[in-house]
Amino acid sequence: MRPFSYARARTEQDAFSTLAQTARGAYLAGGTNLIDLIKLEVAKPDAVIDINALPLAAIETTPSGELRIGALARMSDTADHPALRSAAPAISQALNLSASAQLRNMATIGGNVLQRTRCVYFRDISQPCNKRRPGSGCSAIGGDDRKMAILGANDRCIAVHPSDFAVAMLLVDATIHLRGPAGERTVPFLGFHRLPDDPSRDTNIQPGELITALTFMPSALTRSSTYIKVRDRASYEFALVSVAAALEVTGGTIRDARIGLGGVAHAPWRSREAEAVLIGKVPSRDLFTAAAEAGLQAAVPQRLNRFKIRMAKNAMIRALTSVGMPA
Amino acid sequence: MIGAPLARVDGRAKVTGAARYSYEEQPAHVAYAVIVTSTIAVGRIASIDGTEALSRRGVLAVLTHDNAPRVRQDAASPGDRKLRLLQDDRVLYDRQPVALVVAESFEVATEAAARVRVTYAAETPATTMNAPGAVTYEPPEANQNPADSARGSFDSAFAAAPVRIDQTYVTPTEFHNPMEPHATTAAWDGNRLTLYDASQGVFDRRKSIAAIFGLPESGVRVVTKFVGGGFGSKGGTNAHTALAAMAARLVGRPVKIVLTRPDMFGGHGYRPRTEQHLRIGADTSGRLLALAHDVRSQASRFENFIENSAVISRMLYAVPNQVTTHRGVRYDVATPTFMRAPGESSGSFALESAMDELAYATGVDPLALRLLNYTETDPDQHGKPFSSKSLRRCYAEGAARFGWSQRPPQVRATRTADGLLVGYGMASSTYPANRSSSAAMATVHSDGSAYVTSGACDIGTGAYTAFTQIAAEALGIDVAHVRFDLGDTLMPEAARAGGSQQTASVANAVHLAGIAVRDKLAAAAVADAASPLHGRRLDDMTFARGRIALRERPELGETYVAILQRAGVSSMSAFAEAKHDRRVKGPYSTHAFGAHFAEVHVDPDFGTVRLARMVSAFAAGRIVNSRMARSQYMGGVVWGVSMALHEEGRIDERSGRYMNANLENYLVPVNADIPEIDIVLVDEEDPHVNPLGIKGIGEIGNVGSAAAVANAVYHATGTRVRELPISPEKLLPA
Repeated sequence: MRPFSYARARTEQDAFSTLAQTARGAYLAGGTNLIDLIKLEVAKPDAVIDINALPLAAIETTPSGELRIGALARMSDTADHPALRSAAPAISQALNLSASAQLRNMATIGGNVLQRTRCVYFRDISQPCNKRRPGSGCSAIGGDDRKMAILGANDRCIAVHPSDFAVAMLLVDATIHLRGPAGERTVPFLGFHRLPDDPSRDTNIQPGELITALTFMPSALTRSSTYIKVRDRASYEFALVSVAAALEVTGGTIRDARIGLGGVAHAPWRSREAEAVLIGKVPSRDLFTAAAEAGLQAAVPQRLNRFKIRMAKNAMIRALTSVGMPA
Repeated sequence: MIGAPLARVDGRAKVTGAARYSYEEQPAHVAYAVIVTSTIAVGRIASIDGTEALSRRGVLAVLTHDNAPRVRQDAASPGDRKLRLLQDDRVLYDRQPVALVVAESFEVATEAAARVRVTYAAETPATTMNAPGAVTYEPPEANQNPADSARGSFDSAFAAAPVRIDQTYVTPTEFHNPMEPHATTAAWDGNRLTLYDASQGVFDRRKSIAAIFGLPESGVRVVTKFVGGGFGSKGGTNAHTALAAMAARLVGRPVKIVLTRPDMFGGHGYRPRTEQHLRIGADTSGRLLALAHDVRSQASRFENFIENSAVISRMLYAVPNQVTTHRGVRYDVATPTFMRAPGESSGSFALESAMDELAYATGVDPLALRLLNYTETDPDQHGKPFSSKSLRRCYAEGAARFGWSQRPPQVRATRTADGLLVGYGMASSTYPANRSSSAAMATVHSDGSAYVTSGACDIGTGAYTAFTQIAAEALGIDVAHVRFDLGDTLMPEAARAGGSQQTASVANAVHLAGIAVRDKLAAAAVADAASPLHGRRLDDMTFARGRIALRERPELGETYVAILQRAGVSSMSAFAEAKHDRRVKGPYSTHAFGAHFAEVHVDPDFGTVRLARMVSAFAAGRIVNSRMARSQYMGGVVWGVSMALHEEGRIDERSGRYMNANLENYLVPVNADIPEIDIVLVDEEDPHVNPLGIKGIGEIGNVGSAAAVANAVYHATGTRVRELPISPEKLLPA
């Protein structure tokens, strides 16, 4: 760990101006990812600007009926929020299946979206890594690639995004609210996380920007959703693969569908291929199997993780069965 | 008092933080050292530059092979190479210490350590057993056992056997990771060295450190008051201990070192990977005719340690024709070491998996198969009787508690309501009842309290408590008035806490010391005309609650306090030694035994295995404290579950670096993975094993437990996984 200065921001403007005075400043929210990375010297900020005092922790239903999750809402508070649980059960489940109780009590929603990959090569500074040191190469390729990507990877990076929450957020057409020195903007959640064309960039956030909130409009689709997480042990573990699924079924026919996959790609992965198979059809085991096959058709395994393809298909079938054909 | 479930006498100190661990010692002017480790597995240090590190405010010294104090190179014994660090530019394994930064604070030392610039002339490492450059060798011995054994004629018996099992089982490299990392605080006073060291044996530590620094043993004091788990990793002397002493000498101040979690995957030992070839020949009823167990054990290039996996196969079952071998395979890794039940743990996975395969091959129930091949005598010691063996009762009581008779014989026969495959598995367990010479000193004070010492270590097992109970019973003083102290080379010499031997070794010494003081007090009373016991015979006396009385007339007697006060002395003491030469084989083979029964649930869609319940029954002679024994067994069982399902050091075969060197990626079970574990204590009296009839219990819980889980996975799925851990991909079809 290198020495850094610490400042506590009282307002957003305060945070922006303090950051502007630093060479490599970083915002600190829950700290459950940043502090790790600082200790590993993966992150080397010269200044840490604590934003926990900013009034961004509220979870509320807006007058228009949208659900608004403040960026500083803790994972635990968000997971157990009754409005969220009914609006999108998959999101609540994904949060409760994440990390540990202690971490969920600290980690924030904004930080969760921005958390960095757990790739062991990224986190070991003795190893080349295009994400950490652009152009140095990807040492995960050909190495211990068991947990690496099977979709959307390239020869520059095969890391996966670690968040459960972000996978479930793919179901709800969420909006990310950003504020920075240049003002405020909103971007769709879909597309916020990047594939590894430039592995050094995880997302489309701009320097100095803060996520202030995530919003979405609950719907029949989002209310009928679930999240399945498969991992090496029962708890306190990132996903090998995970699936978030939402189905709107009326009159025995699937009107709308959303499928998110986790643990498989550099970004939370929306499977439009699987969705296309489902929409307009009658739920059945065969249909879900066909959707799973379509969703993983483009999958390319690494040396040690071919199993993730079968695992992801089965997880998708189970998630779809659970929301589409409840027992 | 012996056997009672007394709560830990040190429990309050531990939960309140009053218990001081080795890194928490705070001698005046102590400095903090942080180790810089190699990032290559083999090669040379091309350059090393500590200038920037040394320029940081608060940095006292940067030790490298250029400037580190020289240590003795001639005290040759296995395990020493790893202590002689910073002596040359050679790198022999990944994460080898290559520099040490000493500073005024841990934080400054940590930051400066990252500023030490090291470049390497890397060579291509051999990183697997089958890599070009890996060298197989015949070891002189396998962890204090003969490397090879043979009886009868295996080849012809195996060839003629109507049923044959011929399979290879693999256990991966495993790292101990005790909760307390390795830690040492070193302080010199002139030419005398004091080490507060997280250790499993203060006398072993004193010996090896004295040797490499060229000091008399009397010049080194080692203190180990509390240890947050050892599991073998703190059995041998580790590099950081030598480095702390070296740094303290160089900077002229006390120095302490604690390892980071990643460094716990470095050069201080681990359970080596094993590849075990099992061949079993049996008749169609399942009776064993021939058994061969050939072991290949991961080894370093520069030291000898062999996982003695085949040793268990020599004695567990009645088998007339047998061959066992151990070979080391040297490649570019650090030297492995003892890890909980070294040999028996990994070996029982192979043997008990193979026995399970034989059960299915012959259609014999796995438990019935074990009973069919039960041996009342030790086939590895020419049929010598066991001092006691209650394995039949372990099988019976464990099976009854588990409901083994409900097991359907077919695989994939049962599912839970939510579709998970249900499997039952079992395995046998055994571990030698070892013992070494130990000594103790007991003192009774004139206030009626007792102070008893022996230089043992409590690595979390409950040694403080167990020896308090032993002492209290021998002295005839209530436990509340007995203080037992340990963990210091100034105390009488004791066996190390390793090899499941410490309790049996030290308890017998504590017992003798307690009896000796008690008898001294009685002799004083007998000789004193003013005593109601004057002229009485020792044999007629009882000793309880700090008072001596006549057995036939309990009202006639007096207290220790009265005896001491009348004698005008403040205390009476006695030293006693319980001698035992492990090399001398007695008339009995001494082992503890046990049996595990496991139920697993397997998700057929994901290949994920969850343990549903486990029943493990053990008979290990006299149990000193049933509460702590239960915990100790349970911990061992959890180790086996972890070994079966989770643990694996994952080496990058290109670099030789373990890439999962942290507790995020080196998996052990969390609470949610461990359901009810039902420990059955099977009563056993052993009049032969040692005077107190105690057998060790530290390792046996880990023997066979992985196999029981693996066998249950087979029963659930019909898929036999022969390479641990049983991770989901091994059960999931492509």
